[in-house]
Amino acid sequence: MSPVTRGFHGKRRDAPADRVPPGQYVTEGFPVLSAGPTPHTKQQDWTFTIRQGGTERKSWTWSQLQAEPVEQVTTDIHCVTRWSKLDTHWQAVSIDTLLAQVQHDAKYVLAFCDGGYTTNLPVADVTGGQAWLAFGYEDGPLAPEHGGPVRLLVPHLYFWKSAKWVRGLDLLDHDRPGFWETYGYNMYGDPWKEQRYAGD
Amino acid sequence: MEGTAVRGRLTWQTGTVSSVITETADTRTIVFDVPDWAGPGGIKQRAGQHLDVRLTAEDGYSAERSYSIASAPGEPLAITVQRLDDGEVSPYLTEELRAGDQLEVRGPIGGYFVWDGESDPLLLVAGGSGVVPLRCILRHRDRLGVSTPAELIYSVRTGPDVIYRDELGHYRGVELIYTLTREHPPGWTGLTGRVDAAMLGKYAWPAAQDPIAYVCGPTPFVEAVAEALVSLGYPPARVKTERFGATGDVNG
Repeated sequence: MSPVTRGFHGKRRDAPADRVPPGQYVTEGFPVLSAGPTPHTKQQDWTFTIRQGGTERKSWTWSQLQAEPVEQVTTDIHCVTRWSKLDTHWQAVSIDTLLAQVQHDAKYVLAFCDGGYTTNLPVADVTGGQAWLAFGYEDGPLAPEHGGPVRLLVPHLYFWKSAKWVRGLDLLDHDRPGFWETYGYNMYGDPWKEQRYAGD
Repeated sequence: MEGTAVRGRLTWQTGTVSSVITETADTRTIVFDVPDWAGPGGIKQRAGQHLDVRLTAEDGYSAERSYSIASAPGEPLAITVQRLDDGEVSPYLTEELRAGDQLEVRGPIGGYFVWDGESDPLLLVAGGSGVVPLRCILRHRDRLGVSTPAELIYSVRTGPDVIYRDELGHYRGVELIYTLTREHPPGWTGLTGRVDAAMLGKYAWPAAQDPIAYVCGPTPFVEAVAEALVSLGYPPARVKTERFGATGDVNG
């Protein structure tokens, strides 16, 4: 039972409870969370590679990605730093589309990115229409500070799993912590269970 | 070692406010009495980490936020909070909270934007209340008694917005550079204008000395400073950043 904080009433923002996970508040802004400088990779230099055991299985250039079926995704996003943003619009290619082109029986993926960032995800969470490679945000290209040219979009997990500046996926048999997971954040990151930190 | 910042489950603890210190017109430092936080056998805090705070209203409604820890490892826990006019939590913390009040905290959190007393030249670049975790690093350096060369480049709008002014001036072996971006008093001989590559090229450690940089402030400030440092030859992995979002809370 939490102690009452004298004199605190809060600003009850009328956010729909079924869309805002516990401990989150709705923001209109789009805050930025990054551990270091923002990389600026040009579209023509960008590739996306699915690897397994250190071997390239398949790779896409920017234009090859654009040739895949593009989806318009409308979704809510939830950052572990407690902001949630409702009804964001993305232009993206489904990870299903990409993984379907690679025969594999992996259980986990580790996304890798420009700047050295990584994050881990179960394959079951990046398939089934739950995850995308996003390159458009609202009416324009995805800005570098928000992960452009291309970021992962896995909106049902805390947003650090939606890795910015993504360059590929390593297919893995076993779960392996990525960047923030190594520094004490949760291996899975379900916002509805408030899985913010290790042990949550 | 890095990578083991959080062991086991982080639990909420009740903190009792022991004092509230006025830093500037809109900024307060809140010192907490948290059982088992400070002292030998206390929580293993590292300089630069942050903390979750939870406030609970009488009807059970609660709000959580993250704040940088302002106190050094081994000291009683303190955070420094700047009021944001449209905020939910910061107006309460800066205007209503007083000694004896209780709220919940959990932490410390974060294992990347941390400094453990290394000897590499230390470049700290703060924008506004982004100085808070950097002050924690400077206090930690001072308490450790190490001779790590350090400089703080601190950007604020006007002179009265400087947080920790007296304390910062007392640190030995720390080069302190203020730049005022909006107004400066008559006779001001310090820097003016935003931190950019020209300013950093002149005042920051040259990349050849293998410095480590910690940059904290609002997102546009951090983007500009981090990019400028990279342009000056700092390897991206040697530029650690922490950005404040639209809400002013810690973003990581």
